[in-house]
This record gives sequence, C-alpha cells and structure tokens, in this order.
Amino acid sequence: MTLTRRALMGYGIAGLGFGALGLPNGARAQSGELTIAYNVNLPSFDPTVGPSAVNPTIQGIYQSVFDQYINQEPDLSFTGGLITEWGWTDDNTRIRMVVRDGVKWHDGSDFTAEDVVWSLERAGAADTGNPIQFVWSKIGNFAIDGNVITADVIEFEPTLFKWMGFLTGYVLPKAYYEKVGAEGFEAAPIGTGPYMVDKFERNAYLRLKANPDYWGGAPAFDTVTLKFVTDASSRVAEIESGASDITLEIPYEEYDRLTAKDGLEGVTTPVSDIGMIFLNDIEVMTDKNVRLAAAHAIDKSLIVDRLLSGYGVPIDTLQTPEYAAYDASIKVPYDPEKAKELLAASGYGPDNPVKFTIQTTRGFKPKDYEMIQAIVGLWRRVGIEAEIEVYEIAKHYELRAADQLAPAAFYNWGNSVGDPATSTGFAMFGPSPHSVWDTPDLIEKIAPLWGEANEEARIAGWKEVDKYIAEEGYVIPLIQYVQPIVHRTGLSVTPNVSGALHPYQVKPA
Amino acid sequence: MTLRSLLGRLLNILVTLFGVAVVVFVVIRVAPGNPIAMMLPPGASEADIDRLRALYGLDKSLVEQFVIWLGGILRGDFGTSISLRQDVLGVVLGRLPATLELAFAALVIAVVLGFALAILGTRRRQSATEGAIDLWNGITLSIPDFLWGLLFILVLGVAIPLFPVSGRISPRIDIDYVTNFYLFESILRFDGAVLRDLLAHMALPAIALGLPLSAVIAQVLKQSLKEVMGLDYVMLARANGFGEFAVIWREAMRNAMLPTLTLVGVQFTFLIGGTVIIEKLFSYEGLGNLAIDAVINRDLPLIQGIVLLFSVLFIAINIVVDLAYAALNPRLRHG
Repeated sequence: MTLTRRALMGYGIAGLGFGALGLPNGARAQSGELTIAYNVNLPSFDPTVGPSAVNPTIQGIYQSVFDQYINQEPDLSFTGGLITEWGWTDDNTRIRMVVRDGVKWHDGSDFTAEDVVWSLERAGAADTGNPIQFVWSKIGNFAIDGNVITADVIEFEPTLFKWMGFLTGYVLPKAYYEKVGAEGFEAAPIGTGPYMVDKFERNAYLRLKANPDYWGGAPAFDTVTLKFVTDASSRVAEIESGASDITLEIPYEEYDRLTAKDGLEGVTTPVSDIGMIFLNDIEVMTDKNVRLAAAHAIDKSLIVDRLLSGYGVPIDTLQTPEYAAYDASIKVPYDPEKAKELLAASGYGPDNPVKFTIQTTRGFKPKDYEMIQAIVGLWRRVGIEAEIEVYEIAKHYELRAADQLAPAAFYNWGNSVGDPATSTGFAMFGPSPHSVWDTPDLIEKIAPLWGEANEEARIAGWKEVDKYIAEEGYVIPLIQYVQPIVHRTGLSVTPNVSGALHPYQVKPA
Repeated sequence: MTLRSLLGRLLNILVTLFGVAVVVFVVIRVAPGNPIAMMLPPGASEADIDRLRALYGLDKSLVEQFVIWLGGILRGDFGTSISLRQDVLGVVLGRLPATLELAFAALVIAVVLGFALAILGTRRRQSATEGAIDLWNGITLSIPDFLWGLLFILVLGVAIPLFPVSGRISPRIDIDYVTNFYLFESILRFDGAVLRDLLAHMALPAIALGLPLSAVIAQVLKQSLKEVMGLDYVMLARANGFGEFAVIWREAMRNAMLPTLTLVGVQFTFLIGGTVIIEKLFSYEGLGNLAIDAVINRDLPLIQGIVLLFSVLFIAINIVVDLAYAALNPRLRHG
C-alpha cells in the first residue's frame, strides 16, 4: 500500500481531531474532590413533596444538603439530628423536642426552633403535597420555649419519631423559603447539611461543596460531584474508566469482575430492601395448603447462590435481621416433600397441578424475572403450574392500590425505618392500599398494634403477627437484597443498611 | 407557494397537532400505571389517595382534564410536571437544545461520511473499494445505534479512555451562557475550552447515532449517482474534459441528491427519536433522557409536553425539507 501525501494529511487531521477531543479519563480524581456515579436522578430539590420525596434511594442526596429532625445511622439506629432530645409525655398526649444549638443554614443565618415548627406544620398541611402528611398531621398546636418545642398529639402514632428520620422528615429554612418561594428554593436550595449546593444540572449532575461549619464536623472532601448515571452498564464504564470514584447498584457479576481489578475495591451490605411474593386472597390462594406448599417449595438459598452470585440473604418473614421486630425463630424451610403432601391434601400433584398466574417485573430489580422463572421451575416439581405475567412496576403499583394483583405477584419492599409497622403492617394490613391480603383474621390481629403505646408490647405483637402470617402462608418472603458499591482504592466507604449512599460518610482511607 | 396552499398547509399542521394531542392524552391515560399509585407512601389511606388525585387534577373526568389541558396550551401553559414540580414548557424547551445539538452533530457526521462514501464508491465503482464500502454500509446498518454506543463506551471510554462516557459537559466547567445551545454559543463566543469539552462529550453519542444514517445516505446517494452518471449531460461534461470528481460533484450531484435529501429529512426525525436511548446510555441531559424519566414516573403533563414538542419539531423538519427540495428542484420551484 502506498502512502500518499493526501492520505497522510487525512490521517494527521483525524489524529489531531481525536487528540484534541479525546481526554484522558483515567486518574482524574483531584485532591479534595470526589465523583460518584449515582444510580438515580434528582427530579426535585424539595425533600418533602412530590414522588422523589418517597424514593428511598434519593434520600442519600437529600441528606447531603438537608438535615433530618432525627438522624438515622448506617445500621438504622436513630441518633440526634436537628433535634437532640425527643419523647412523649407519660399519657402520650403531648410530645417534647429539644432543638440543637449553634447550627447555621448555608446562607449563614441561624437555625432556630421556628424552622422546626414551620417545617412540621408545612408537612402536616393538606395543601402542600407532602406524601406523608397523614403522619405529620397527627401532631399540632406547637409551642416554643427557647430551644424546647412541645406539641399536642392529635392522634397517637407510635412511629412518629422514626418518621422524623425517614421519608420527608427534613427541616427546611422558614425565612429563606418564605422569601424565595417554592421556585426560588428549587433554583437555589439551602439546608443545614454537610454539603452545600454549588451547581445543579438536572438529569446530569449535582456539584456540592463542603459546609465547613457543619455541626457534625467538616466533610472530608471540598467538592463532591454526583453524576446521575441511571444506566447500570454506563455506571460500570464510569468507574472502570476512572471518570468516577464510586458507583453502586451494578450487576453482581460486574461487581466481582471490577473488584478483582487493581485500583478498585468494593463493599457489599445487606440493605433494607427485600424481594417477596404478594399473595392475593383470590382463586386458589384461598386454599391454605396451596399457599404453604408454594412457600415450602422454594429453595431460597439456591436462588441466592445461583442467580445472585451469593449476594442475598434468605428471609422467612418481612423483617430482616436489622429490623426491630426480627424473630429468627420463625422459619418456613425449603421442604419439597412437605409441599407435595400439602398439595396432595387438596387434591393436587405433579399430574394434576394447581394453576395460577404470577406477576413480575423484568429488570426492575436484580434478576427479578430470572428468580420467578426459577421459582416456577421449583413449583413445577411439586405440582404447581404457574404462568408468568410480566408487567411494569407502574402497573404493579396501580394493580396493588386497586387490589387487583394476580394470585401471586413479585415485588421488592423497602423499609429503611426498620419498624414492623412499615413492613408487615403496611404490606399485610387489609385496609392499606399496599396490601392485597384482606382476610378479617389478619386485620383483627394487626389493627390493635397501630396505636399500641407500649413499645415492648408493640414489637412483641408484630412478632406474633409475623408468626401467624408464616403459619398461614399469607405472603412469601424471599430474600434480603445486598447492595454492591465499588470504589477506587484509597477511599473508605461506609455503606448504609437503608441503601442510601451518603457522600458525607465517604472518607479518604 | 400561494396564499391558499399556505393556509391549507397551516390548517393541516393544526389538525395534525390536535390529533397528536388527543392521541397522546388518551393513550398515556389508558396505558398501565398511574402517577398517584407511583408516589403512594406506605400507610396512605383512601383519603390520602383522593387528596393527591385532586392535587394533580386527576379527580376530574377525562374530557374535563383534556379541555383544561388544551385550554392551558392555547394560553402557553403546558401544565406543571408532577415529578419535577416545574413548568412543563420551560423544562422541555430547556432540554431541547441539547437534543437538537446532538442530533445536528449526528446528522453532520452522517452526511459527511455518507457523501464521502457515496462519492468514493461511485468513483471506484465495480472495484474492491466499492465492495468494501458496501460491506461497511451493511455492517453499520445492521448494528443499531445503541450497540454502537455500547461498543464505543467499551473501546474509547474504558479500554482506551479517550472520551468521557457520560454527560454533556464536565461538571468542573462553569458556564454562564444566555441560551442552552451550548455548542453553538461556545462557537459564537470563541470559547475553545468549552467547545472542546462539549465536542468530547458529544463525540461518542453523535457518532453512534450518525453511523447507521451515514450508511443509508451512502447507499441511496451512490445508487442515484450511478443512475445520473449515465445521463447525456454527464457524458457531455466528461467529454468536455472535466475530471471524474468534478463530474460527480458539479454535474451529477445536484440531481442525484434530491432523493437523498428527502431521505435525510425523514431520517432526521428518526434520528431525533433515536436520541432517547442514546441519551439514556450516555446520561446525556437532553429531551430523550427526560422522556424516559417522564415515562418511568408516569409524569403525565411532562409526557404530553414532550410528545407535542416532538410533533412540532417533526412538522418543522418536514417543512424545511420541502422548502429545500423546492429550492433544489426547478420543476417544483416553478410549480
């Protein structure tokens, strides 16, 4: 091949073009900077209204900028946030909170008890669009005395203070918000959190700068950039190319591959997100033998090992070991022979299988469809013939709210508050729009627990309910998910059981 | 174009837009999933559901909702996004420039590459070069744009990390531009650093989008050129001593490019549609990425706004193509 002058010029220009545009992506991290390839977008900055307010994954971003009334630690325990002491009066008719001293908003103004009261009143008002308004509206008639706030209990809600460290439990700046309005706040939000908003490009990235006066201590990094990379393969490319220092929620196979490479490390933690199969009290699911057979026929350990590369924890109730009402003694073991016996008692078997539909998402959670495929295969062995129907998660929500789910439906339930009321309670209490099991026996068992003031009795009560549900087979808990986080060497990342990745909890190793 | 035909065209556009408005409004309400169910917190009661439905105007009948929405559009109010809690028109227009710039860059790549391959193939017809070009076109056409995107990410983003694999501009760069047309504005401002950064971010998604289209252009144009090259006036030009390249470029191209132009116009609309997946893959902050999020969140006002804007865009592109076609084709220009 002859290299002509024209061809040489062409190659030269092409090379210059690549050289000019192409940037070395590796080793971009500069001292004091941290870049995270985040798995979700941040649609809105107000953490108390709209759909993003109830998205658990986004809370890690909100908690970088705003503080909660009460802090939730990585292990789901609660410690002082912007209120340092809290509690009920003996007769549960009033609450008392002590506001933290010496805290400043990002604009330098003082944080006061008025901010707390205003935030709680706003959250409880029906017209502000707070999705958790039904909790916040249960207190009112606030009074401020120095740093102490008292309020009347309109309706006793035992989990009230847990909600203060959970969804929409954020304190916003009264004076600033009233001055700039909702739109102004969206454009330039301020909080009391460890990081201040420096620049926000919607759907692209959020650049945060350190709040050096943070009451919990100055953050480890001067600048944190959260890139919103919602595609898992793109997040893998981000960390592998060195363009990001940390990423999360990637396929387990990729986690194993990446952490085997030089310069990358990882951490996996069981999080407060479980895979489960809702059973609806319709068709064959009204037969206890069928329900229990379906539960006993599933080898959860096998599913975790084969499909999730070992990253998952089999569970037998809707509580994970980190939750307040976890009871290790409740077991629904894999026992295919027992499943066959139960089915035989109802006239079913491999030659005369019981038939029903199971709904599942595909790709919404790791290996969701594959898990259901495997379960259907295990069921077939004992005499259950289930037809898989794939739907979108939006359809699941709609059907569940309307109590129109199929006899069986796969779902993942998050409960980072760790309270049984927000796991077993909301998932299994018939009148709840999230529950599809509506039999009176279970409603009668759960109903008294909503207002139970004695915490020990309340937790014991929920354990009893979980035991009853397991005996009756009203739901099939499957696994507790494990969250994979990959980061470059030289960082120390503290994972949260809640599943939220907090930039503040990332430090140089 | 006469006044009568202009009015006819205008009426046609209005009817089209109304049809699109009706279809999108009905379809996204009939489609599975409702936005209230998506944002229901644990413990929400029927009263809470009703309250949220009323807050977002979903408690009214379908007809009432449509009339309110249409009335708003006529006043320039496209509603408020449920997930973003912002004015829909502002959000959509804010994101449109990113998508237009990406699609435009992809189109430029496709046209330049397509024309180059077509001319080369015509010059070297019935040679190994033409065979190689046909093979290349076959490959680029049979691999969809998102697979090209993945390939580029793996090769030029990870294995040889030359280009950024996500975003439109580096988070480190602060710009205070008047418009969201960053690329065009950076050129006008002679802002080399920003231009370089934008082009670096745009390179992989634009090439991924443009490659399949370049193959279509190359094949159609090459075929047209071959047909035109046999006509008398081209033979005459050749007999007059013009070189082969001059014959193709000056004489044959004008007639041969007419079908290609129509094709480019139609394909450009598909190309804009194709940005949806590519923007998602590269986390590019354009309209396509916004559309995916809107669908996932069942953000009805936002989906409606995006689809309507896409329709306006497609109509505008068709008009531009028609005008360009008329300008190039004397038979159309003179009625």
